[in-house]
Amino acid sequence: MKFVAVTSCPTGIAHSEMAAEALEQAASSKGHDIVVEVQGASGAPPIDPQTIAAADAVIFAVDATVRDRDRFAHLPSVEVRTREAIDRAAAILDRAAAAAQAAPTDRPAQAPTPQAAAVTTSAGAGRGEEVRRWLMTGVSYMIPFVVAGGILIAIAFAVGGAVDVTEVTIIDDGAVRFPGDVDAGILTWLGAVLLTIGSTAFSMLVPILAGFIAYAMADRPGIAPGIVGGLIANEIGAGFLGGMVAGLLAGAIVNALKRIPVRGTLQRMMPILVYPLVGVLAVGGLMVLVVGEPVATANQALSDWLTGLSGTNQIVLGVLIGLMMAFDMGGPVNKVAYTFGIAALDAGSFEIMAAVMAAGMTPPLGMALATVLRPSLYNQAEVRAGEAAWIMGASFITEGAIPFAAADPLRVIPSLMAGSAITGALSLLFDATLRAPHGGVWVVGVIGNWALYLVAIAAGTAVTAVTVNVLKSLRSVQAEPARTTEGVTVGA
Amino acid sequence: MSTITTIDDVTGPELVSLDLAAHDARSAIEELTALFERAGRVTDRTAYAEAVWAREQETGGTGMESGIAIPHAKSSAVARPSVAFGRSATGVGFGAEDGTPADLIFLIAAPEGADDLHVTLLSRLARRLIHQEFRTALRQADSPRAVIDIIRREVQL
Repeated sequence: MKFVAVTSCPTGIAHSEMAAEALEQAASSKGHDIVVEVQGASGAPPIDPQTIAAADAVIFAVDATVRDRDRFAHLPSVEVRTREAIDRAAAILDRAAAAAQAAPTDRPAQAPTPQAAAVTTSAGAGRGEEVRRWLMTGVSYMIPFVVAGGILIAIAFAVGGAVDVTEVTIIDDGAVRFPGDVDAGILTWLGAVLLTIGSTAFSMLVPILAGFIAYAMADRPGIAPGIVGGLIANEIGAGFLGGMVAGLLAGAIVNALKRIPVRGTLQRMMPILVYPLVGVLAVGGLMVLVVGEPVATANQALSDWLTGLSGTNQIVLGVLIGLMMAFDMGGPVNKVAYTFGIAALDAGSFEIMAAVMAAGMTPPLGMALATVLRPSLYNQAEVRAGEAAWIMGASFITEGAIPFAAADPLRVIPSLMAGSAITGALSLLFDATLRAPHGGVWVVGVIGNWALYLVAIAAGTAVTAVTVNVLKSLRSVQAEPARTTEGVTVGA
Repeated sequence: MSTITTIDDVTGPELVSLDLAAHDARSAIEELTALFERAGRVTDRTAYAEAVWAREQETGGTGMESGIAIPHAKSSAVARPSVAFGRSATGVGFGAEDGTPADLIFLIAAPEGADDLHVTLLSRLARRLIHQEFRTALRQADSPRAVIDIIRREVQL
């Protein structure tokens, strides 16, 4: 017979692997075929859908949640704990074979039931830990977009000039403009192409984050409502924090839909029609009608307030600009500070723009430094994101810090704000000036007092890196007693 | 990022005890944790052993009917991914379903942010434990050095 199996355990190191090995051994000695997916820490690839389609039965040897369980919904199944598979793999294969024989032969191919797709809470995982897992899932799908988009934009600035590239439109009303069509040099044109591609990747950050937070919560039916919610977060300018709200809303709404008891035809309609339609409508409606207006109002209020502060103490103003730049990195609060800088630039005052840019560079730089100083506090994906964050920080692409902030907002965002506040204040104190709206180190030629400007950036970078690492290591110490009783630090 | 990871990064003769004194699971865990601490691999011996023990109690024990136990925990008290091995002449009760005492005990320590290579290594070791020949070789090994040689041979990356 042909079997597929999933093994999983909370730490994903020992029991899931042993159960997989035991099942493989027993299957080969009984002359069965088996393909095992270990949903553990080493990130084994999922089983090929064709293999699943051809299987006679599925075995779940699990102590934790099965990811994407609905892939197997059409198969007869046997579910045991990992230790049973380790101790008695042969007997479990016999049970699976019996289940396969007992199953009706005219079973509908690929008819996932909503119940099977429901996400069960992994045994003993604390609430906070679970939220962190959702966020981390969203972040891990978002990171490739951040890295690709961020680096392409940085290269665009380097190749074509940070200001010039933004003044060339490549795709104009459906028509692509080639070097001959634009009033710019070939390098500027090339930079503008790169910027177009990079910006498109960036426009997906928030939708992907939202979509895959919802996916972690509610499995595949969460993706569509999450992504649509994220697109609306983009549209209303709610930034990545808005995207996190959209993703959490989408996951919660789809999970609530799954709990509605239904039978018969309606039950089959749920995953095809009801989850997508109701989920997208509910998330979209909330984002547009409930979240949208307060964000816009708050923006306007914040903007007026900041403008009113223009004449006050420079250090206070620098601190405020820093706090705002780092708070949501490309979100509404950041945009208010950035727009304030642009307005000052247009009015011929160059100090504020300098502070804005410096404070927007330190979040990615600070996180990059933090991952280098204490790599053990970050997972593999974050360390990689940290490497790319150097380039993004240097290019004033504040979004480079979003993966870190979205994964652990309560520790990361305050640290970013602390560093940016210092940098913003120092930049104004040093009377640094900037005659360009963006560009990072690529516009160093139009920065006045640039040596001290770099000192200001270095200071904020160091403050962010040290603060975030201290906060993160405090968490692992403090959480220790609580977590051992909940059993999430340790695995079966 | 890191240099090549081998089994010698996670274990060594100094982490092997062929004659555990312990007669119960908790003291066996503490005895092997002491080896970690002496080798500087665990910064807080009490915190780590408590984490392992809490998990044992919660899951009913990591003992298997084949006489193996793999108590383990991920904890910030762990400095480096590590494996200690203890052999018990009498066997120690680790809660196997049929009551078989464990005579081969692998204590696995993972830090909070263990990297992929180390995880892979620990996973491969766990997989080998399913094999009768590996267990037999471990039962017959006559020195800590021999145990490490056997593990290295089985778990080559």
